[in-house]
Amino acid sequence: MGQDQPLRPVLWSDPRLYQIASLSALLLYGLLWLHFEVSPWQITITLGTALLTQYAGTRFFNLPAFDPKSPLISALSLCLLLRTDQLPVAALASFLAIAGKFVIRWKDKHVFNPTNLALAVVLTSGLGWMSPGQWGQVAWFGFLIACLGGLVVTRAARADVTVAFLIFYVGLLIVRALWLGDPLTIPLHQIESGALLIFAFFMISDPKTTPDSRTGRIVYALLVTIAALYVQFGLFRPNGPLWGLIACAPFVPLIDYLLPGSRYDWSKPSSGERVRSPQSHVIDQPVAVNRLYSVSSVHQPRRFS
Amino acid sequence: MKRISATAFTLLIGLLAWTGDASAFCGFYVAKADTKLFNKASEVTIARHDNKTVITMANDFKGDVKEFAMVVPVPTILEKEQIHIGEAAVLKHLADYSAPRLVEYFDENPCRRYELFQDKMGALKNTPPASAEVKRERDRALGVTIEAQYTVGEYDILILSAKESNGLEVWLSENGYKVPNGASAILQSYLKQHMKFFVAKINLGEQEKLGLSHLRPLQIAFESPKFMLPIRLGTVNADGAQELFIYFLTKQGRVETTNYRTIRLPEAQEIPVYVKDRFGDFYRDLFTQQVKRESERGVFLEYAWDMNWCDPCAANPLSTEELRSLGVFWQETNGRIGKGMPMAQNVFLTRLHVRYDAAHFPEDLVFQETTDRSNFQARYILRHPWNGTDDCPAATAYRQQLRERQEKEAQTLANLTGWQISEIRKAMQLASGPLIEPKKWYERLWNN
Repeated sequence: MGQDQPLRPVLWSDPRLYQIASLSALLLYGLLWLHFEVSPWQITITLGTALLTQYAGTRFFNLPAFDPKSPLISALSLCLLLRTDQLPVAALASFLAIAGKFVIRWKDKHVFNPTNLALAVVLTSGLGWMSPGQWGQVAWFGFLIACLGGLVVTRAARADVTVAFLIFYVGLLIVRALWLGDPLTIPLHQIESGALLIFAFFMISDPKTTPDSRTGRIVYALLVTIAALYVQFGLFRPNGPLWGLIACAPFVPLIDYLLPGSRYDWSKPSSGERVRSPQSHVIDQPVAVNRLYSVSSVHQPRRFS
Repeated sequence: MKRISATAFTLLIGLLAWTGDASAFCGFYVAKADTKLFNKASEVTIARHDNKTVITMANDFKGDVKEFAMVVPVPTILEKEQIHIGEAAVLKHLADYSAPRLVEYFDENPCRRYELFQDKMGALKNTPPASAEVKRERDRALGVTIEAQYTVGEYDILILSAKESNGLEVWLSENGYKVPNGASAILQSYLKQHMKFFVAKINLGEQEKLGLSHLRPLQIAFESPKFMLPIRLGTVNADGAQELFIYFLTKQGRVETTNYRTIRLPEAQEIPVYVKDRFGDFYRDLFTQQVKRESERGVFLEYAWDMNWCDPCAANPLSTEELRSLGVFWQETNGRIGKGMPMAQNVFLTRLHVRYDAAHFPEDLVFQETTDRSNFQARYILRHPWNGTDDCPAATAYRQQLRERQEKEAQTLANLTGWQISEIRKAMQLASGPLIEPKKWYERLWNN
């Protein structure tokens, strides 16, 4: 993985551009056809606050360049998922999302997915809510195609966590239905949620907050699935995956310690696996990192995207 | 960083002040759409706060009471004190208060509209006004346990649990309950989810003693994190779709479904004046049209309002006693009462309307309470034209605009209900095309 990077078309070299495009399309569809209860003001404020916070963070922490892509993805996800009557809450959520990744860090890696953190804080404090039932079948199916297409087009290096989560989650829902003797229309209906797709393709998949090794990520996906299903069917609360992810995120450093791998870089997507050389001995530094630092300095620059 | 955040918040506060202004006056109340408009409609009220739930099930059973039986899956075993008989009148009041409504406005004489408009502001604001042994063996063989048995009012009530659904199904039919074919799988699913069954039949002797002609609503109170309404048993062998009205009384805000789309009905639409006599038909057809538009998978919001007031009022808000009778336990009757002011109710009402069948609603309805306290009502508007003979430039312009407005109303009505536009125009006595060719812009410019 990683060796064929320079051959990619320049436009899609960063999977986030494709993600921004599909999230924007979904938001537009939601506004025009599904009448999502989100005002143009809320969208403007959410996007604006995220970009401002990212900019401020870039300056404050002396980062090499301001990169609007990650905050845009977080903000678009918030626009799609968060509902509130008060505009300051939209701003607060957006601020928390971005500020969280600058402040809550462990070994140069942020702990919580920005959107996930902001939603958890706002929902817990009762300032806003999510409408998990707001998606129609058409939107869901279209978005699913877009998300799957995204994996192919961008050859996302860390799609394993998404795929693992979806297999575990859907699989366990089907097992539950079979055990209860329910028709399979029930688990099918349960997965028809745009929020689930945003979660699987944009939140849990965030390479910056998932474990570095593939095995670690699959273990992580299983943990999140179990937590999510417990919230849904044990505590009878909606938005299970969201709570599952926020509960499991603090375990990532532990998984990284037990199952080490290389750190992710948006410009050099890698699966993070340690690879074997032709002589088949383990190379200490993962390939992606080697390539990066052979041209730059020995000191690793801090990245907050 | 600080400076940037401060700027962002100042901007937000400014916007809030700007968007916060909304007009309060919603027109003169004319008519409401009764729940009786819909066939096979059931009505349920759910009062809920902190997992404590009171469900009131309205009973409009029409046939021979001997035939009446209901089986409701419930999350917990209920004590006798947790079962109560409600009053149908209170439910009716709640339904009336939250019904979709028709309002009307009367156009003023355009020649003196401005002055009148000035007079009316402020004056018309509707201010908020002040919630046997052999048998036992047989039961054991079937794996059915009668957890409790009570007589409450005119009802005989059993709380059943079972090891497996086949036994439960056999038990129910042996005891004179008609269980539709295919219910077994659903009963099984509920049993595995640790649900109990609340079974009610009419105690004919008690009913005679009470001398009641109708069946009163049954109420159950329990504490459970499950915020749902089991609809699956009702969809087995159901002949076509069923209507369900759910009224939620909550403390925090609006309730919505988490596993189906909750959609606001089209509201505040201006429709032709002749609909005044046909509001029932109008609303029924509008609802059917919306159901189709959502591919028969939607749950519709008809009303979401703070229980302290209404604007316009289809019925007065419910009193504290009425609300308590519907299960609003958090509202004390002998609380603080200000001088001359009715006590403020801390109750938010959400009214949902759903047309469901097994194909489109495979899963039970699951709900969540949101913090949304914004008001919503399914309100439709009639605007009576001014028929005066005064002549002034404003009147000429008014008559021209009126023609355009009525055409738009016709189209809105056709769009909302699926009625034929030609029929609507006929009923409105409009010609099929615009009556007068509107003046071209240059004609208006030079007035020729």
